[in-house]
Amino acid sequence: MKSRIFKRTAAALATVGAMALGMGAAQADDPLKVGFVYVGPVGDFGYSYQHDQGRKAVDEKFGNKVKTTYVENVAEGADAERVIRQLAQTGNDLIFTTSFGFMNPTIKVAKQFPDVKFEHATGFKRAENSATYAARFYEGRYVAGVIAGKMTKSNTIGYVGSFPIPEVVRGINSFMLGAWSVNPDVKVKIVWVNSWYDPGKEGDAAKALIDQGADIMVQHTDSPAPLQVAENRGVLGFGQASDMIKFAPKAQLSAIVDRWDDYYIERVQAVMDGTWKADDTWGGIKADMVHMAPFTNMPDDVKALAEETEAKIASGEIHPFAGPIYDQAGELRVKDGENADDGMLLGMDWYIKGIDAELPK
Amino acid sequence: MDWIVPLILTVITASTPLLLAATGELITEKSGVLNLGVEGMMLVGAISGFAVTVSSGSAILGILAAIVAGMLMSLIFAFLTLTLMANQVATGLALTIFGVGFSALVGSGFVGFPLDPLPSLSIPVISTIPVIGPILFSQDFLVYASIAIVIATGWFLTRTRAGLILKAVGDSHDSAHAIGYRVIRIRYMATLFGGAMSGLGGAYLSLSYTPMWAENMTAGRGWIALALVVFATWRPGRLLAGAYMFGCISVLQLHAQSAGVNVPSQFMSMLPYLATVIVLVIISSDYTKIRLNAPACIGKAFRPAQ
Repeated sequence: MKSRIFKRTAAALATVGAMALGMGAAQADDPLKVGFVYVGPVGDFGYSYQHDQGRKAVDEKFGNKVKTTYVENVAEGADAERVIRQLAQTGNDLIFTTSFGFMNPTIKVAKQFPDVKFEHATGFKRAENSATYAARFYEGRYVAGVIAGKMTKSNTIGYVGSFPIPEVVRGINSFMLGAWSVNPDVKVKIVWVNSWYDPGKEGDAAKALIDQGADIMVQHTDSPAPLQVAENRGVLGFGQASDMIKFAPKAQLSAIVDRWDDYYIERVQAVMDGTWKADDTWGGIKADMVHMAPFTNMPDDVKALAEETEAKIASGEIHPFAGPIYDQAGELRVKDGENADDGMLLGMDWYIKGIDAELPK
Repeated sequence: MDWIVPLILTVITASTPLLLAATGELITEKSGVLNLGVEGMMLVGAISGFAVTVSSGSAILGILAAIVAGMLMSLIFAFLTLTLMANQVATGLALTIFGVGFSALVGSGFVGFPLDPLPSLSIPVISTIPVIGPILFSQDFLVYASIAIVIATGWFLTRTRAGLILKAVGDSHDSAHAIGYRVIRIRYMATLFGGAMSGLGGAYLSLSYTPMWAENMTAGRGWIALALVVFATWRPGRLLAGAYMFGCISVLQLHAQSAGVNVPSQFMSMLPYLATVIVLVIISSDYTKIRLNAPACIGKAFRPAQ
């Protein structure tokens, strides 16, 4: 154990050192230089961590044909522009900016560096040399909902939310549509912690929900704390962004894992082949950008149902937001026989009918 | 009524890290030193405690490591401000920034390691008494330690000679020096105690509250501990009440949301801070009261006359 930790620490230090050297030693044998900008620390074991796993996959795949660099903990706003420009100036050929708030800085720098290619995650602005990409996490949440609907005994789901933005609201709606597809009696209790990342508060929120009868924990915050509470209190739950089974070997049913590996490899390959285009990618389970961690702690029939649901979403047979869908006011939002379009999904700021809670404004 | 016991249990765990760190800072400030580096010291304590516990398998060693790490951090602070006479506010802020970065660097190899929480010390028989049993007799030992330390602190400050000397140094370092007390040495010791307690508070977070390491996991609790000291007007009894009141509000708002009480969650998140400000205003309006307890020399550098 000790030596393993020592190795990890040494590897981390080596990475830092290599980065520093990398800045100085440009244009050695012309590898393709790829830069990444993260909003959080790579050590969050969540969102930024998964992006960095994607970067490492690129490294592994292309070896010395690429040279990747990352900058972590970049604040959204003016600081981001400086970091992105710095990466462009130091000869990076392809730059991934991985948070919503990097959108405008990315577009601005992209205009100044027409020869550099940019990719911005979760945004909607593109330029001739700037593409966008995101993942349909709500597909994974639908699968989780199906599992929860089958597994809950108290028919009460505890949901820890970060901020009431469309991404999170869409997730809650999708989760409940999945749960109701197998169990119409399921209720959801939602607690907003107004933070993406505060392990203590996330854990307290989970305790509050469990104390009030929830026996399945779902979270849309980034730390493993809620799942860890579920493990200690003997209820079940889902991991977020990463496979968190280590934190909850008896509690984790599955996890909705962000998986950028294939996408990053594909885009780097496209730049090498000269086929790269500034297009928009919104991939889900089918593209494996949303990846379900192994289904554990559930009986075989539920597991089979989860796998089937996952496969059907991949094939397009199930669309989580298939009509008819009503909002809480009873207004028909998606007609029978139709699916919610991407525009509606991206701007979703209403709960579906049946959710007994008020959306904070 | 079955919800009340788990609610109180959650309040206790939410309050304990605040109480630990704030008790240490109270002693530091009573000696006339303002150390704003609590957040940084807590983080370094949290990662040290976690790293040593994971590596050695012993939570006791981990807790000791956290205490030592917190003391080392405060030693840096004490050397800069007491020996080299650097500005305490600026140095304290720098210590926090340093602690955030340093803990992240050390902790990068420990992300994603699971750890079992500290065992609770269930006292046989009486811990099975309904309501009182689970609340009073089956906590982990850091919870008991935090209460014992705050009571000991109150006793120390009011009932012991050493406590009176400490307060004298904080109220008028020149007078204390003139009588022959070694102001700098006493302040070093008070600052080290503050560091040790912050480290312990951090260890409680990473070993018991949410047993894991994640960057910046204190999420502002160090600053709340600092506010609590002022809130308590430097009195241990009020500090205990304040820490538990703060924990209570922050947990209650989550319960209220979960129960479907329709109050804006943003407002609820703001509530603990708002409560602190309101009580601050009320206390500060009584000028004489705050003057009685506030260390008069807080934040001032001591230069012994030659």
